[in-house]
Amino acid sequence: MESERSFYEYLQSFSETRSPIDFVLIYDNLPRFFDGALVTLQLTFLALLVGGLIAVPLAIARAYRKPFLSPAIRVYTYVFCGTPLLVQVYLFYFGLGQFTAVQESFLWDPILSNPWWCVIIAFTLNTAAYTTEFLRGAIEATPHGEVEAAKACGMSPFTRMRLVVLPNAFRRALPAYSNEVIFTLHGSVIASTVTLQDLLGVGRWLNGRYYLAYEGFLTAMVFYMAIVFLITFVFRMAEKRFLGHLRPREAPAPGSARVAA
Amino acid sequence: MIIKQTLLASAVGAFAFMASTATADTLRMGVEGAYPPFSQKEADGSLSGFDIEIALALCEELKRECELVEQEWDGMIPALIARKYDAIVASMSITEDRKKRVDFTEKYYDTPSRFIAKEDADFDMTAEGSKGLKIGVLRGTTLQCHVEKAFPDADLRLYNTQEDVFADLVAGRLDLQLNNTLQAIDGFLNTDQGQGFAFYGENIDDPECLGEGTGIAVRKGDALADELTAAIAAIRANGTYAAINDKYFDVDIYGK
Repeated sequence: MESERSFYEYLQSFSETRSPIDFVLIYDNLPRFFDGALVTLQLTFLALLVGGLIAVPLAIARAYRKPFLSPAIRVYTYVFCGTPLLVQVYLFYFGLGQFTAVQESFLWDPILSNPWWCVIIAFTLNTAAYTTEFLRGAIEATPHGEVEAAKACGMSPFTRMRLVVLPNAFRRALPAYSNEVIFTLHGSVIASTVTLQDLLGVGRWLNGRYYLAYEGFLTAMVFYMAIVFLITFVFRMAEKRFLGHLRPREAPAPGSARVAA
Repeated sequence: MIIKQTLLASAVGAFAFMASTATADTLRMGVEGAYPPFSQKEADGSLSGFDIEIALALCEELKRECELVEQEWDGMIPALIARKYDAIVASMSITEDRKKRVDFTEKYYDTPSRFIAKEDADFDMTAEGSKGLKIGVLRGTTLQCHVEKAFPDADLRLYNTQEDVFADLVAGRLDLQLNNTLQAIDGFLNTDQGQGFAFYGENIDDPECLGEGTGIAVRKGDALADELTAAIAAIRANGTYAAINDKYFDVDIYGK
C-alpha cells in the first residue's frame, strides 16, 4: 500500500511539473480503458468468428463458380469491399433508424435500436466479404495434383474438400488472414462514432470530459499496440506450426550429432 | 543528428508555409456548424447562425480580417491550443474545468439547458431511479459533466454532433437528451422532426458543471481575450448585437 501511494504521488508531481501529459488522469481512468479494450476485443473477434464461418461456404461457391450463387456473392463482396466501413456502419445505424417501418418491425427491438448490434452486423458482413475473396483465391490455388491424388484414393467430393482442399487453403490464407484480423481491429474504432464505449470511445470520453488533446488518444494507442503485438505473436506461432514445411531448412553443422549417430 | 535537424527545418518550413496563407492581421475564428440556430451549414456549404454572425461582427469591430475555421465539437479546445485558430466562437460555456486549458472573454450570451423527452414521458429522475435511462448529449460538453455527476448510473451516450443526438432521440434509441433550451427550440422542437417531443423537468441548475454563461475561448495568456471582451461590449452598445439577436430569437439572449 505504502509503495503504491508513493508511486501515485510521484505521478502527480511528474504530471504537474515536468510533463505536458497528465498521467494522473490516465492512471485514474485505467479501469475504464480496460472496459473499453474488452468491448473492442469482443466486437473484433465476434465479427471475425461469425464472418469467418460465413465466408467458408461463400468462398467454396465462388471458387467452384456455382451458377447464380457465385455472381450473387460477387456482388455482395464487391459492395462490402468497395465501400468504407464507416459508411456501412452509418447505413445500419442512422440509415435504417430513419424509417418508421423499421422502427416498428420486430428487428428494431432489441437488434437495430442497439448500437452494439448495428456495429457487429456491419463488421461481420464486412470481414466476411474480405475473407470470402482471399479464401476463394487460396482454394483456387490448390495444386491440381493434390486433387487428382485424392480422387485416386477414392475420396468423395466432400471428403476431398474436408481433408485436402480446405486445410491447405487455410494454410495458404494464413498470412493474409493475419492482416485481416489487424485491419478488423483497426476498423473497430468506428464503433465509437455511434456511441459505443470501445477503446477509442473511452479515449474520446476522457478527452471530452477533461478537455484534453492527447491523453485519451495516447492511452488508447498503447492499448491497441499491445493487442496488435499479441495478435502478430499468435500468428507467428501459427505460421511456424502450419507453414513449417515452407521455411528454409537449417543446414546441419559439419560433424554434427546426426553424422555421429 | 543531421536527420533531426532536417526534420526540424522541414517542420519550420511547413509552419512558415501555413502561416503565409493568412496575413498576420487575419483573425481565425474556430466555429462549429451543426448547432442550429447558433451555427449551421447552408445547402451551398456556407456557414450561418448566431455564433457565426457574432464572430464576423467582432472581427469587424476589431478591424481585422476574419477567417472562419470549422471544427467538430470534441476537438474544439485541442485545435485552439494547436493554433488552428485563435478564438472559439461556438456557444462554449465558461467553466472551471475549461479554464484550466484556455482563457475566456466575458460572456456573450447566457441561456439555460433542459432535458427533452417524448411528450408523455415520465421518468424517475433521482440518482437511483435514473439507473439505465438512456440519456444522449454532445461529447465534450458541460452537459456530459452534469449527467455524469447527477445521474452516475444512467446509460450516457455521447455523440459527435447535436444533430446525431436528435436523430437518435427521434429513432427511439434515447429516453432523454439534454442541451441548450434555445438551440433545442429552434433546432428541434419547432421542426417537423421534433413533433411529439417536449421539454422535460426544470432548467438545469448546476453552476459547477454548466458554468457562468457562454464566452469566447482563447489560448492561455492571449491578450486577445481582453480585446474581444471590449468588442463584445462595443457591439452590445452600438446595436449590432441586438440586430443579430433579433434575427434569430424573440428574446434578448444576453441575459442580465
